[in-house]
Amino acid sequence: MNKKISTVLFYALMFFMSLLMIFPFLWMLSTSLKYDSQVFTVPIEWIPDPVNWSNYVKVWTEEPFLIFYKNTAFVAVCATAGQVFISALAAYAFAKIKFAGRNFIFGLYIATMMVPWHTIMIPQYQIISSLKLTDTHLSLILGQLASAFGIFLLRQFFMTVPDDLVEAARIDGAGEFRTFGKIMLPQAKPALATLVIFTFIQVWNDYMAPLIYLNSRHKYTIQLGLKFFQSEHTMQYTVIMAGTVCALIPILIVFLIFEKQITDGMVHSGLKG
Amino acid sequence: MAIKRLEISRRRVRQNLIGWCFILPSLLAFTLFMFLPILLGFWYSLTDYTGLSKDYGFIGLANYARMFQDRYFKVSIKNNCIYAIWYSVLTMLVSLFLASLLNRLSRCRKFFRIAFFMPYISSMVSVAIIWKMIFNPQGGPLNTVLAQLGADSLPQWLASTTWALYAVIIVSVWKNAGYYMMIFLAGLQNVPGSLYEAAALDGAGGWQKYFRITLPLISPTIFLNMILVTISSFQVFDLISVMTDGGPGMSTNVLAFRIYQEGFRQMHMGYASSIAYFLFAVILVITLIQFAVQKYWVNYD
Repeated sequence: MNKKISTVLFYALMFFMSLLMIFPFLWMLSTSLKYDSQVFTVPIEWIPDPVNWSNYVKVWTEEPFLIFYKNTAFVAVCATAGQVFISALAAYAFAKIKFAGRNFIFGLYIATMMVPWHTIMIPQYQIISSLKLTDTHLSLILGQLASAFGIFLLRQFFMTVPDDLVEAARIDGAGEFRTFGKIMLPQAKPALATLVIFTFIQVWNDYMAPLIYLNSRHKYTIQLGLKFFQSEHTMQYTVIMAGTVCALIPILIVFLIFEKQITDGMVHSGLKG
Repeated sequence: MAIKRLEISRRRVRQNLIGWCFILPSLLAFTLFMFLPILLGFWYSLTDYTGLSKDYGFIGLANYARMFQDRYFKVSIKNNCIYAIWYSVLTMLVSLFLASLLNRLSRCRKFFRIAFFMPYISSMVSVAIIWKMIFNPQGGPLNTVLAQLGADSLPQWLASTTWALYAVIIVSVWKNAGYYMMIFLAGLQNVPGSLYEAAALDGAGGWQKYFRITLPLISPTIFLNMILVTISSFQVFDLISVMTDGGPGMSTNVLAFRIYQEGFRQMHMGYASSIAYFLFAVILVITLIQFAVQKYWVNYD
């Protein structure tokens, strides 16, 4: 009996905490459908009456959100593909090929994990700007290519693939690149998926790099666009919330569909990193 | 014999060549965007570089000396330390608490996971914008609820120099606790159930089991999370940039924000680089201390 009561209490507590977690999102959604006069009412009006859709119309007509989406998707896809490909090549060499200097280079890469991005962002900016690449999407992509974390994660996984498998392919006369592409990559799908998810979400949500590198509005990513949209509509809460919903929707949809993979992937990468 | 040795050494050369081919792309990327910036940044920190003109000179450790005269810098350290302590302690406690609860519940797990992970998956910018409104002192939902609960003097949150930093802390904990909760949960699920049964036979109560068995067994996970949380507590930027812009006054100015302001707004890139290296040193020292102390409390078997 005692146990039953405590279980019920635990569930109640957990539901209350979940509500606290979701509450800001619900408030955002509800506010985005209100008129200004309905925003700060006591008690809070959760389902607006009447419902006001015009905030969304305003967002889409005043702000090039579609271009922001496109820019962000382009940067995120290229940066993820580039980083995962480069990391996989290096991780394969570190895991399965014995070559001079292997441990030294690997050690150097891993050491960079200790350096926070804020420490190198100024010199990185100077390098990008001396390549005449500021205010381009390429600058954002290039900044993501060197990932010690990605190499480490994939190397860990590649090492669990038995050497025999690789040796067999080599004896069959498959070149090293074929062995990599035909044997290793298909084996490593879970690890690759983890890295893809992790990098994609990180780039999609990145704010500071776009803030530093981009100047022209039509090149903005969604985060930067949203930030400036917000500061230009300071007092128009309903419109800002509609904009925020638009910015959040894609990633939330992806999250709800691939919830299991995303949570596991991100937790897994935290455990490994 | 000689032919065989030649064969082996040719094979070795080939292996070396292939190995270096595979790491070449990453080596280029690391050299250009990691190694070079790390060295270049340190060099900038020893100069009066503005970022605008190529005409700058070596000034030794003057930038580092200047930091300790700089009122703004000192305030940002103080703020960052307050933030780091509150954020780390609260995030650890909340996430461990939630994970321990969740570990005992078998139903609705999917729902809980989604609810607690949603803030983590959302961008800092959107989350900061939402909370900025929730914190609105006149009629924002938070103060509305507080007033209904009977609080007489309501905090002004982001408009107040005393409360703004704590508002930032609240949002950070809310946003990240779900992530660390999931890592804790993974650790908790590795604790073998047989240990609890044995302890129950010995007459151990629930709390005793938790403190004597659970916590020691997940101490490696606690350690991992502690490292991750403290490192991230010195890198907070997005939230502050969007929610408070370092204000009101200097009240939420932290190290990363200071680097951005000095480097990209005031165009003191040399001086900003010295703060950036200071930040690096702080993170390094704290991490090293944690690794040194871990052997006294982390249990690896």
